[in-house]
Amino acid sequence: MLKIDQLHAAIEGKEILKGFSLEVKPGEVHAIMGPNGSGKSTLASVLAGKEDYEVTSGSVSFNGKDLLEMEPDQRAGEGLFLAFQYPVEIPGVSMVNFLRTAVNAVREYRGQEPLSAGAFLKLMKEKKHMVDLDSDLTKRSVNEGFSGGEKKRNEIFQMAMLDPKLVILDETDSGLDIDALRIVADAVNKLRNEERSFIVITHYQRLLDYIVPDHVHVLHQGKIVKSGGKELALELEEKGYDWLKEGALGV
Amino acid sequence: MAEEKLLEAISEDEKIIQEVTGQKYKYGFVTDIESDKAPKGLNEDIIRMISAKKQEPEFMLEYRLRAFKHWQKMKEPNWAHVQYPPIDFQDIHYYAAPKQKPQLNSLDEVDPELLKTFEKLGIPLQEQKMLAGVAVDAVVDSVSIKTTYKEKLAEKGIIFCSFSEALQEHPELVRKYMGTVVPHTDNFYAALNAAVFTDGSFVYIPEGVRCPMELSTYFRINEQNTGQFERTLIVAEAGSYVSYPEGCTAPQRDENQLHAAVVELVAMDNAEIKYSTVQNWYPGDPETGKGGIYNFVTKRGICKGRNSKISWTQVETGSAITWKYPSVILKGDNSEGEFYSVAVTNGRQQADTGTKMIHIGKNTRSVIISKGISAGKSQNSYRGLVRMMKGAENARNFSQCDSMLIGNQCGAHTFPYIEVGNPTAKVEHEATTSKIGEDQIFYCNQRGIDTEKAVGLIVNGYCREVLNQLPMEFAVEAQKLLSISLEGSVG
Repeated sequence: MLKIDQLHAAIEGKEILKGFSLEVKPGEVHAIMGPNGSGKSTLASVLAGKEDYEVTSGSVSFNGKDLLEMEPDQRAGEGLFLAFQYPVEIPGVSMVNFLRTAVNAVREYRGQEPLSAGAFLKLMKEKKHMVDLDSDLTKRSVNEGFSGGEKKRNEIFQMAMLDPKLVILDETDSGLDIDALRIVADAVNKLRNEERSFIVITHYQRLLDYIVPDHVHVLHQGKIVKSGGKELALELEEKGYDWLKEGALGV
Repeated sequence: MAEEKLLEAISEDEKIIQEVTGQKYKYGFVTDIESDKAPKGLNEDIIRMISAKKQEPEFMLEYRLRAFKHWQKMKEPNWAHVQYPPIDFQDIHYYAAPKQKPQLNSLDEVDPELLKTFEKLGIPLQEQKMLAGVAVDAVVDSVSIKTTYKEKLAEKGIIFCSFSEALQEHPELVRKYMGTVVPHTDNFYAALNAAVFTDGSFVYIPEGVRCPMELSTYFRINEQNTGQFERTLIVAEAGSYVSYPEGCTAPQRDENQLHAAVVELVAMDNAEIKYSTVQNWYPGDPETGKGGIYNFVTKRGICKGRNSKISWTQVETGSAITWKYPSVILKGDNSEGEFYSVAVTNGRQQADTGTKMIHIGKNTRSVIISKGISAGKSQNSYRGLVRMMKGAENARNFSQCDSMLIGNQCGAHTFPYIEVGNPTAKVEHEATTSKIGEDQIFYCNQRGIDTEKAVGLIVNGYCREVLNQLPMEFAVEAQKLLSISLEGSVG
């Protein structure tokens, strides 16, 4: 589904990703962990197509297509969804309006008919229920005045609405208390299936207690320095990252 | 269910956004109607001719001639933050009327070309009007072709007719109020208008009557080189209410077209007038600015009575040059003035627009919400005056002027003037300037929304406070205009 090969990317001339490679198959959940500044969020931004980042070499293929050639909105149409670490506020634009525009834009890209008002409403109700989202939030402006937890839950809700193939969760656990974390994780688990893949970017092992990954990778200085199963996350929790940093430097 | 309603409105939004993607100025066409036109130039004879054509009462001709004499002594204002080549006032036709019999019994009698024009503009002249609950007084090149709903309004004693008709049928009312809010000596363009105005609308709401529908006029400039000089007068007697939406589009032209309208509003005790404008005149070529409309308008209302209220709402996306300051004179105690404005400039457009709130009475209140959006190589200025006169005990004003910049070749300017002559009066002014957020656009992109649509969404959100003030069907049109006018401005 996703194949990243020797990816190098820079921001303002500074190279952050230095030969990052990863393959994600349908239905897999990959956790990417690593210390601050290792390039986790850069990876998310580059995959989503944020303009500030420059890909200097390497390739990314998504469902057999060259992801790096696509505009960000096309990537979304292809089924890539990024749950933002810091969801953006759009004052004056209601969630309903925003989402309906998004859902129908993505449907159009996929060659589907736009949803009628009734069908959209029905879908929204269903997904809201699924992610346990307060009804009131959809009437408010996009992320405006939302608490940290509400913002993150809202990201998951949008994910459910847009029916993506690959989801990147960028530090979705940051700023969440344990209850909110559980709600978000439950929603993600409900959306897991054999076709949909996830890349879970996180600093802490905590989230992985709830969203259990198939693979865990440690990112350090712009590339993966260690990969393993879910037990690797526990090991990291116990030992920290320093032993890997030393190891990486030694390689 | 509220949510369902919301959705209906949204699906409407969306249709619109889809509809407008990739469109150039949609209304750039010219209708071929034979036209009865005065020779170019301006002198007493032309004014006499206009007055005679319209079979006006003697006082009107005298008024025009007085205004003309005064105008000849005046100079064109040059303090606005706009630039344009000098206008040759002798190179303009001051009168043009479609060759039509003015009295028509049904639409079948209307020139089919004209009907086609209405259709292209989407003016709901027929059945849609009833559904929409809008009575339309359509003005094509200075002559009113058809006025609707008149009988229904007449039952309530409401007068809604063309200015020419008002001069025939209600000369005493016109004489009593015309020029009392914007005198013919007020400014260069108001004087010119007073001398040569050809038509417009007249509204009279009798005491205690709440006008049961939106009273709407569509303006259209349709004849090459014809200056359009509209004149509107709305009088709301004690305890009455009226909402008056005004919308306009003009065909694409190569020569600049001058538009100098005058609008006067009079609100008596406890009366309320809500005046909304959506303006979409041809803004000129996006690269050169050539061919756009010059919009030099004087709009002013007076809250003459106690507890009266006048509210101006405008969404301005068109015209090459805009020079416009809808104002309120708050004379009656406890009276209230509002100004809600969205001004969008793109390409080479220049706008100098704002308001004046003149507080005379006690406990008078005013609110100014101005949202300026500049894109392309345009210049967008807010210019506003808040004046608290000596007697304005406890008067209050709140002003909020926000500017949004799209791209880095445009300009946004704010010129607030505050004069406080009473120590108990309070004036608050807030101003912000922001660039359209790249993060916001990226967020929309990531959800599958392309940049063009994203800008439309974000800008509509930014203007929400103002759009909310518009009558429903107008709000939809306004959103459409915002998206159209910013096409191609990002990326």
